[in-house]
Amino acid sequence: MKLKGAEILIRCLKGEGVDTVFGYPGGAVLPIYDVLYDSDLRHILTRHEQGAAHAADGYARATGKVGVCIATSGPGATNLVTGIATAYMDSIPMVCFTGQVGTAVIGRDAFQEADITGITLPITKHNYLVEKTEDVARIVKEAFYIARSNRPGPVVVDLPKDVMEREIDYQAPEEEISIRGYRVMKGYNSGQVIAAVESILKAERPVIYAGGGVIASEAAEELRELAEKRKIPVTTTLMGMGAFPGNNYLSLGMLGMHGTRYANYAIGESDLLIAIGVRFDDRVTAKVDTFAPHARVIHIDIDAAEIGKNVEVDVPIVGQVKEVLQAINKRLDSVDKFTDWHKTIDRWKEEFPLRYGNSAEGRIMPQNVIEKIYSLTQGDAIICTEVGQNQMWAAQYYQYKHPRSFLSSGGLGTMGYGFPAAIGAKIARPELPVIDIAGDGSIQMNIQELGTAVQYKLPVIICILNNEYLGMVRQWQGLFYGGRYSFTDMSHQPDFVKLAEAYGAIGIRVKNEDDVEGALQQALQVNDRPVVIDFWVDREADVYPMVPPGSSLFNMLGGD
Amino acid sequence: MRKHTLSVTVENKPGVLTRVTTLFRRRGYNIDSLTVGASENPSISRITIVVEGDERVIEQVIKQLYKLVDVIKIIDLTAERAVERELVLIKVKADNNVRAEIVQIVDIFRARIVDIGRETLIIECTGDTGKIDAIEESLKPFGIVELVRTGKIAIIRGSK
Ligand SMILES: Cc1cc2nc3c(=O)[nH]c(=O)nc-3n(C[C@H](O)[C@H](O)[C@H](O)COP(=O)(O)OP(=O)(O)OC[C@H]3O[C@@H](n4cnc5c(N)ncnc54)[C@H](O)[C@@H]3O)c2cc1C
Ligand SMILES: Cc1ncc(C[n+]2csc(CCOP(=O)(O)OP(=O)(O)O)c2C)c(N)n1
Repeated sequence: MKLKGAEILIRCLKGEGVDTVFGYPGGAVLPIYDVLYDSDLRHILTRHEQGAAHAADGYARATGKVGVCIATSGPGATNLVTGIATAYMDSIPMVCFTGQVGTAVIGRDAFQEADITGITLPITKHNYLVEKTEDVARIVKEAFYIARSNRPGPVVVDLPKDVMEREIDYQAPEEEISIRGYRVMKGYNSGQVIAAVESILKAERPVIYAGGGVIASEAAEELRELAEKRKIPVTTTLMGMGAFPGNNYLSLGMLGMHGTRYANYAIGESDLLIAIGVRFDDRVTAKVDTFAPHARVIHIDIDAAEIGKNVEVDVPIVGQVKEVLQAINKRLDSVDKFTDWHKTIDRWKEEFPLRYGNSAEGRIMPQNVIEKIYSLTQGDAIICTEVGQNQMWAAQYYQYKHPRSFLSSGGLGTMGYGFPAAIGAKIARPELPVIDIAGDGSIQMNIQELGTAVQYKLPVIICILNNEYLGMVRQWQGLFYGGRYSFTDMSHQPDFVKLAEAYGAIGIRVKNEDDVEGALQQALQVNDRPVVIDFWVDREADVYPMVPPGSSLFNMLGGD
Repeated sequence: MRKHTLSVTVENKPGVLTRVTTLFRRRGYNIDSLTVGASENPSISRITIVVEGDERVIEQVIKQLYKLVDVIKIIDLTAERAVERELVLIKVKADNNVRAEIVQIVDIFRARIVDIGRETLIIECTGDTGKIDAIEESLKPFGIVELVRTGKIAIIRGSK
């Protein structure tokens, strides 16, 4: 069968089970867009390539499938870079297709040429420059395989225009993928599993520290079984929110810089730390040599390079979280007794709950908005966040019950991530309310995607916690730079209600705490367009508790 | 801190060396020397890297290298019985008064003179790093005009 490169590409995407791609056209991808024109593959036109990348990422996080985006060469491709780096840092499976100038002129500074494989080398799991039309099918197959297997991550496939135009005799690629330097991890070391079981049986003050790897491995059930069988308290990282139900008695909420006091204290006192699909990030460990100082450490991770990277491990287990937890659970009996350890934790929970005061300015407390969102959705929604205080409050004051219900840029901390990610999530899970919790700074980074959400009738709700500051940075300036608020005042801002309306979205302004719930209820009723709610929140509310930089995890400020 | 010699077999494809060096740069590992060349299999190249670091760093280097899709196998030759060689070309000042002395040194090191100029000689020498360091030291007093070392290549002894 005679097919053009671009036709092969779209055929292969469908073969991979792709139903939606996010993209933005341009000269170098004209051949691809010409095929998309009458293809049944759904293409979502964003308003900026960064939006396309984050939307593909949001789609991937909401479903576990590989997210796909397309951009043209040069500026189109470079506009993807922040989105690729965001996915890379959080280990999100994505395949990004970029147009490239014709093979004959590569390297000659041709119009809109950018060396995107060079640029994305350190922020992709792997990347390809496709040199021949004959390679398209194999490379697409490999790209998806690499993106989703082992530790997931983004893969870039750079497609020169002539490679897409050329017609060849198409043959479907081999079913079996064989890449000499890449093997999918199966199994685990059973000796280490037994060592882990023995440690668990001996432990008096165990804590589970669970993260993004539990979600990637679809292992929330196995995690719950382990915790409930042995009555082990569970704290999750920001990336692990939803891996364990926040309303479970054993939940300690988030740990780390803005974690709960009881989670951080539990780490400090524990004699066994069971680290599952986590990477001992510095936001979690704080001063690393005082992290879990009395604990034996079990670390389960698919990526051998994560084990021992930041913290010494006593029982390393390389493998899929799901498989390893099944093996551990099988060897453990249930206990039904709570111990002194639980009493100690209960006492901490009673003494140091998450709490906040009233607004001195009489404005809405931002934490209150999150609590209301929780009371109205009860965890049955997808919450996306921007970056900063809004993100931390969203992690603290909402109880996540399901995996894939909290989408946030943790590793890179990308402002502007949340809204396009919410678009991707809404497309993936139209039955669920999708809410982006935003700051007034972050939302302005990708506000143009209102155009996309209106065009595709996506009822995404944006809750701007509007403090007219780059709040998180202002908080640090307040605490550590003598209150010198250098360039963090954002009070020059558009009228977000009018802005929403100009795009054809609904805009609501809320200035009183009493109106918070009503506005949210109104927004949750809307089913054909996005809603922007501009909550005027306390300008100087800070996120607490907090581990100041350089301190140990259990030396926290605030919330006491 | 110790020097480790890693023998890394990689796909013989454009860009693979960049992937390896980018990884070293990004993660802040120090490359002492790096050589790359063909292997017995035309689709595979061999990179020999000498890297300095404590055990934890070397372990990370190896694990991170393995994550590169184009990296097929890594052997830490430091722990193995291996034959290691470097090649050096040294252009040394050599007027008539010292030529005989230099020739003697060349003999001792079983090196070779590969070019004779009016005021200089070019000397070629192969050997392990220690030997190359030694001949360099011995010739220094005469005045080294130019010197180029290849970096180390290595192979395991026996049938392994
Ligand atoms: C302003 C700001 C403040 C922050 N504050 C905090 C904070 O207070 N607390 C906090 O926790 N975070 C915080 N973060 C996020 C933090 O930076 C990290 O992103 C986060 O802690 C990393 O989470 P993780 O360890 O779960 O790792 P992830 O980045 O989710 O990595 C997942 C790990 O699981 C492994 N894995 C993946 N798939 C599998 C599988 N199938 N089987 C086994 N293993 C697998 C991977 O190899 C990796 O090691 C903050 C971020 C920002 C922007
Ligand atoms: C793209 C990008 N630029 C800069 C930063 C640094 N930064 C982190 S938090 C923050 C402030 C965010 O302000 P806003 O979105 O208003 O949220 P708030 O903290 O007020 O909730 C900034 C500037 C970042 N994380 N991402």
